[in-house]
Amino acid sequence: MQLARVVGTVVATQKHRAFEGAKLLLVQPVGLDDTPRGATLLAVDSVGAGVTERVLIVLEGRAAGEALGRKGAPVDAAVIGIVDSVDVHE
Amino acid sequence: MQLARVIGDVVATRKDEKLNGVTLLVLQPLAADGSKAGRTLVAVDTMGAGVGETVFFVRGKEASFPFHPVEVPTDAGIVGIVDHWDVE
Repeated sequence: MQLARVVGTVVATQKHRAFEGAKLLLVQPVGLDDTPRGATLLAVDSVGAGVTERVLIVLEGRAAGEALGRKGAPVDAAVIGIVDSVDVHE
Repeated sequence: MQLARVIGDVVATRKDEKLNGVTLLVLQPLAADGSKAGRTLVAVDTMGAGVGETVFFVRGKEASFPFHPVEVPTDAGIVGIVDHWDVE
């Protein structure tokens, strides 16, 4: 799982039926210090995250499908938690 | 599977219900010489690992297998705590 910042939402009327009713978010993966790393991604949201919130995302198809509650859904990323805090001791 | 150092933990009150009660730890993957290798990530823990320990973890859907039959939505999981490792 990766930390990410929610930077936007995506609306698509025409989409695979597995996405019906699902919320699509634009998320920017971030490092532990909140710096962006890598490309912005689309992720389905199963926890009610909002823009600017720091979240946990899974980047794996079956796990993302589980989060959506639909097996075989053509997804590869999902928001599965809203981060309260991260403690790093290094 | 890969070696990693546990360097922190994540608290998330609002999360997928299948993750309730599951420990989330921050991992720094390690190379065989113990140096940092790649980006930090967050993994579920079923082994009782703690900060500072060296562990090995699995990536992919297999990370949820320790929770079977519950289908936990994760893509990384700690599956062992390393006592020591040697490189020839």
